[in-house]
Amino acid sequence: MTVSLSLLVCAVVLTAVGGVLIHTRSLTRVLIGVIVCGNGVNLFVLTTTGRAGVPPLLYPGVAHTRVTDPLPQAIVLTAVVITLATTAFVLAMVYRSSQLTGSDFVPDDVEDRRVVLRAEIAEERAELRELHRGEGPRAWRDERREQRRRLRADRAFQARARDATGDLWDDILGADPPPPPIPARQENDPR
Amino acid sequence: MNALVPLPVVLPLTACGLSLFIGPRLRMLHRLIGIGVLAAVLVVDIVLLVEADRGGPLVVHLGDFAPPLGVTLVADRLAALMLTVSGAITLIVLIYALGQDMVDREERAPIAVFHPAYLVLVSGVSLTFLAGDLVNLYVGFEIMLMASFVLLTVGGTEPRLRAGSTYVVVSLVSSLVFLAGIAVAYAACGTANFAQLAVRLAELPLGVRTLIEALLLTVFGVKAAAFPVAAWLPDSYPTAPAPVTAVFAGLLTKVGVYSILRAETLLFPGNRLSLLLMAVAFSSLLIGILGAVAQTDLKRLLSFTLVSHIGFMLFGLALGSRGGIGGAIVYTAHHITVQTTLFLAAGLLERRYGTTELTRLGGAARTAPLLAALWFVPAMNLAGIPPLSGFLGKLGLMRAGAADGGSEAYVLLGACAVASLLTLYVMAKVWNLAFWRAAPSQLPLEGTVLEDIDDDEDSVVAVGAGNGGAVAVVPATVCVRTTARVPRVMIAATVGAVLLGLSYTVLATPLTGLADRSAAELLARTPYITAVLGP
Repeated sequence: MTVSLSLLVCAVVLTAVGGVLIHTRSLTRVLIGVIVCGNGVNLFVLTTTGRAGVPPLLYPGVAHTRVTDPLPQAIVLTAVVITLATTAFVLAMVYRSSQLTGSDFVPDDVEDRRVVLRAEIAEERAELRELHRGEGPRAWRDERREQRRRLRADRAFQARARDATGDLWDDILGADPPPPPIPARQENDPR
Repeated sequence: MNALVPLPVVLPLTACGLSLFIGPRLRMLHRLIGIGVLAAVLVVDIVLLVEADRGGPLVVHLGDFAPPLGVTLVADRLAALMLTVSGAITLIVLIYALGQDMVDREERAPIAVFHPAYLVLVSGVSLTFLAGDLVNLYVGFEIMLMASFVLLTVGGTEPRLRAGSTYVVVSLVSSLVFLAGIAVAYAACGTANFAQLAVRLAELPLGVRTLIEALLLTVFGVKAAAFPVAAWLPDSYPTAPAPVTAVFAGLLTKVGVYSILRAETLLFPGNRLSLLLMAVAFSSLLIGILGAVAQTDLKRLLSFTLVSHIGFMLFGLALGSRGGIGGAIVYTAHHITVQTTLFLAAGLLERRYGTTELTRLGGAARTAPLLAALWFVPAMNLAGIPPLSGFLGKLGLMRAGAADGGSEAYVLLGACAVASLLTLYVMAKVWNLAFWRAAPSQLPLEGTVLEDIDDDEDSVVAVGAGNGGAVAVVPATVCVRTTARVPRVMIAATVGAVLLGLSYTVLATPLTGLADRSAAELLARTPYITAVLGP
């Protein structure tokens, strides 16, 4: 089977670009990344059709060795339609997210932050222990206190993040930030 | 009989169209359509299971196009068994969701979302079980995913969007990898049909075959939430509404497990990656359950136990023997049921007390003994206490591991034992904190009435008699409605799920026999291939 090199190069470049975009924080860019990456993969599927420039049809007078394979094109069509649907959904999600929070950034995961901080502090401790080897634990008491303070502060921050008010109902119902001002409603608005 | 094979896919899709057509009014009609169609699907599934068990795989070439051109649907023993279990579970969860008034709360929405999305989800799951080629498997995954995106972010509240964004991006990326895998497989073999692939992959050079296998296993591993690619699951599932979380936890991960089973037995026999699968199973088992130990929120905790117990199924798969695969099939059926039941019970708790945070719950065994019983039975089942089905599944897997006798198998046996014990520990911890200790003072013991005060403002007043009648105005979409009496329909659905889990104990002999025959059929490969391609 001959494979068109230009298609393959395009597919690789698009997939790489899309991959970089997917790793960003803004959901809009992630969406664009998914679209670009999806197009790259679709081109990759298209490369399996074989030689470019011959018809994907069988009709009288066409040599059977001189047709491209129509099945991958059908697969790509399916994939394109599916990408369209997911794109529509993610767009709605981006819109809703910016409606609620004013930005489309994916926020940090609270638990991840805690794990990362613990790992950092464990590393620092090991370094300090190396530094003050043989001096006993009192020599670096202040640094230890500082670390404990940081952990406590982070715990407090996360407790605030989890339930900011102490009001049971707000906590249970997950109080949202105040919604952004809603523009004046049109007369013929279906809502 | 072959004509019945497409029905599990077609019926829910048709019902979804009807639901959308009817619109948000006529709630009773929606319920009748949903329950009627899912009950019909369950009946079809059972008929398929009996037929597939008696006369070998049932095959339909849609449009009468012979493979490799056409769309092939195949119902062999394994597919029919998974269909039957999933049909029962989806029906139970739908009844539960109706009891929770999930549908009623969407009166203000332009179209009722829950019903159509749920039916599409059922249809997608059925298609993945029945798919006879890679492309249809991909399409089934995508149908399922689109529906699950909608269900996961239903209401569009901020926590759900945050959880949804993780889930959506991970799912989309795994779909792209899947498509690339299909492209490689097609380029190498010139077909996407499973039966033809099974024949032609054997003729390929080892490197190409391993590349295809690695791509497919990565994708299915993401779907199944096996350890190195499971981080998305505990972040995204717990925020969804209880019935949605239940059906996701039960079914969607098992679809990944089913795909791995199908691929490893039919397409890539010989199990050359068994060591990798063993490592994945080992890390899933231990890391998942250690994650569960660290949680204080019941739903998150259950999500981590889910990751852990995927390891059991992968262990059976990695053994690759008849006993191992049979054990994995039994365990999959058991785990779909039990994990769903646990999430349903957690939803009942949330409905009754307004939270699933273990530090805030307490005394539920005294104030709601029925809920406590409904939670306790599946919890013990998950931990594997005899004579429940969890014990039977684990026993089958462990015996298969001991029969294998390799050193890796014995290491995995140890991991299974540790994971089971830690599951028991976690379940006991939940029992002590949420049910057995004295109730904390801040529990909303009286029912909370959440009602719309103003249709335009989308706001709701929460009146909690349990804490001095505090009033908080919150957007309607985040309300957790608590009632002193949990609706009877929800209880009945959960009781049904518990009984389904217990029935596996009663039906242990037929179930294990069926699983054993399925495993034999999978390992023989020829019944499937000849059924599709003709002798």
